Amino acid sequence: MKLTKTLLATSALTVASGMAFADAHMANEMTIVSWGGAYSNSQQKAYNEPYAEKTGVKIINDESSADAVAKLRAMSEAGNVSWDVVDVTAADSFRLCDEGLAMEINFDEMLAKGDDGSSATDDFGGTLINDCFIPQIVFSTTFGYRTDMVGDTPPTSVCSIFDTEAYPGKRALEKRPIGNMEWALLCDGVEKEAIYDLLETPEGQQQALDKLATIKDDVIWWNAGADTPQLLADGEVVIGSTYNGRLFSVIEEQDQPVAMMWDGQMFDIDGWIIPAGLTDERKARALDYIMFATDTQRLADQAKYISYGPARASSAPLVGKHADLGIDMAQHMPTDPANATNVFNFNYEFWADYRDDIDAKFQAWLVQ
Amino acid sequence: MAALTPISRTKPVFYLSVVAAFGALAGLFVGTAQGSGPLGIVIGAIAMAAVAFVLTTVISNERVGRLGLMLLMAIAGWMFGGIPGIVVGLAFGWFFAWLSYWLYEGRYRAKVPPYLTGGQVLWHYTFRVICGAIFIFLITPILVVMPLSFNAENFFTFTPEMLRFDPAGYSLKHYRDFFSNQDWQNAVRNSIRIAPAATLLSVGFGTLAAIGLSQPHMPFRRVIMAILISPMIVPLIISAAGMYFFYSRIGLQGTYLGVVLAHAALGIPFVIITVTATLVGFDNSLTRAAANMGASPVRTFFKVQMPLILPGVISGGLFAFITSFDEVVVVLFVGSAGQKTLPWQMFTGLREQISPTILAVATLLVGISICLLTTLEFLRRRSERLRGMSPS
Repeated sequence: MKLTKTLLATSALTVASGMAFADAHMANEMTIVSWGGAYSNSQQKAYNEPYAEKTGVKIINDESSADAVAKLRAMSEAGNVSWDVVDVTAADSFRLCDEGLAMEINFDEMLAKGDDGSSATDDFGGTLINDCFIPQIVFSTTFGYRTDMVGDTPPTSVCSIFDTEAYPGKRALEKRPIGNMEWALLCDGVEKEAIYDLLETPEGQQQALDKLATIKDDVIWWNAGADTPQLLADGEVVIGSTYNGRLFSVIEEQDQPVAMMWDGQMFDIDGWIIPAGLTDERKARALDYIMFATDTQRLADQAKYISYGPARASSAPLVGKHADLGIDMAQHMPTDPANATNVFNFNYEFWADYRDDIDAKFQAWLVQ
Repeated sequence: MAALTPISRTKPVFYLSVVAAFGALAGLFVGTAQGSGPLGIVIGAIAMAAVAFVLTTVISNERVGRLGLMLLMAIAGWMFGGIPGIVVGLAFGWFFAWLSYWLYEGRYRAKVPPYLTGGQVLWHYTFRVICGAIFIFLITPILVVMPLSFNAENFFTFTPEMLRFDPAGYSLKHYRDFFSNQDWQNAVRNSIRIAPAATLLSVGFGTLAAIGLSQPHMPFRRVIMAILISPMIVPLIISAAGMYFFYSRIGLQGTYLGVVLAHAALGIPFVIITVTATLVGFDNSLTRAAANMGASPVRTFFKVQMPLILPGVISGGLFAFITSFDEVVVVLFVGSAGQKTLPWQMFTGLREQISPTILAVATLLVGISICLLTTLEFLRRRSERLRGMSPS
């Protein structure tokens, strides 16, 4: 009896002191890396501002997510990791995790429970794709078109991008093979399920490039997510691919004559990683931030500012209206049943394995 | 310039065909904008030749002819393209009326020497047109940015409202964004903190190095010079990557001091080059004379040498300042987000969201540069006048 009491008391003490220890030894400055633009804005409003208010920590924003892998490699080689939390795509997280540049996460311990009481692992479900990646949103790469340039028959199928007769004019595609190769094969009559198997072979890759070659002269290749919205607003392109949140902003916030085409949209996940090799103080701060920023309410809050779906199942019912426009956000989510009739599930693992190879081929094809 | 050559009226064949050629050029632009280039050329040539003929033979009063043509063209422009059409029409009307009379009266001859042949006169004006074209080519990208920065929309696009000069198409919201956005304000603060510090360091070190390297008894002068100049010659990205790894090891990466040192290293070559150039004309017997009269080397430097090489020091310092203020590659490597400078912020802004706030910033920077250069030029003239070097 006495023994139990002592044990309990000591463990309580240890826990209490441990917590005090953790609290006192969290860095009071942190660098959060993200993508910039409307997306960073939504994170500032939903996560960073409330977190800074709650804890008094000073948050420095860096907009370098596009170069996250290269920069983290250089930082770890130089032995000077200056980032605390980094927003990356699922495919990048595979590379960072494999190379040991990202910290492994114990999801049930380090992330908050869902507000319905489910464990973090259950709540995030299928979006947990490797040991380092803390999912945040589900987004899609899809197409927007100029409503005033497509005549009376707006495009309804992703294969319209290859139909230069029905929809003459330039189209905007990303200057990377990802997405384009899959769409090309899909529109070349390949079954959806067979596409990634085919893309593993050089013949399949060539087939995709050949299909893309039929519209090569009509394509403007984009690098940044903001390019297609600008090109659409200018009327430079009839139709173009970009992230669905950017199109939402063009259509609803900027009021441009543009409409969404959800057909063939490519689902992808974006989330956080914590770089490996942080000092204990900074690691404690980063984990505390992640615990806060990925709870059910915070993820649902982000959807008030941008049309990306929260990665937690328990957040979905909390998604409400847009913060300024007051429109219902649920119907603008890529995951909304009306939008998700023909979805392409992006295969991160395939791209983690084949990206360097296919990238090189694609770039060589581009300059031909 | 006063008239050099007596002038006389020219033959209709000459002036009509030249005006027709210009009309064809204008017609090409208008025609292309309206849908058919070749048709525009033909219509432009015929219409402008006819206009020149009417102006010179039917309307005898030049002032009436000029105003009449401007009015006529403005109305035609309005029918074609609304308010922007009026502006274009007025400009065209003024130009073609002036051109017709200028050629018809033979005024083009008045300001060139009388002994020039026709070909030489032609070249005289062609040369000016080429110079003007180069000037326009250089200045247009900067000018285009300015109206776009007042865009009411969040895109780099001339909206129909803007082209109609509708006030609703314009707004100051991008300027408001610049002044109220914390990111931009931090970037401005960082640039203002980094550039002057880097300039001071480069001017100090660069001037001393230049003086040392100009001494004939200095060993390995060429080698040392080459090493000091190398940041200017080595591709920036290589310097930047090297600095990144070096500064990381010694704990300077991501610090204010690190960025200042890196920018100083980039600025030093400019100071060395300009100061070395002014030192070529410096007479070393002056320092010996000062020493002979009992001045210490430091006093000699500040009282004798410095005033004479000051122009080189100042222009080198200006170059060093601009290098640091415009620099984006090195700061991306050596700095961390806490040292984000204005060019860095513009660079990420351009990549991640094409926001006209960048144009507003660019317009402000152009304005500041113009003010700075004007002030400098004014000061230079003033000092020349005080020293009696300029007659004015």
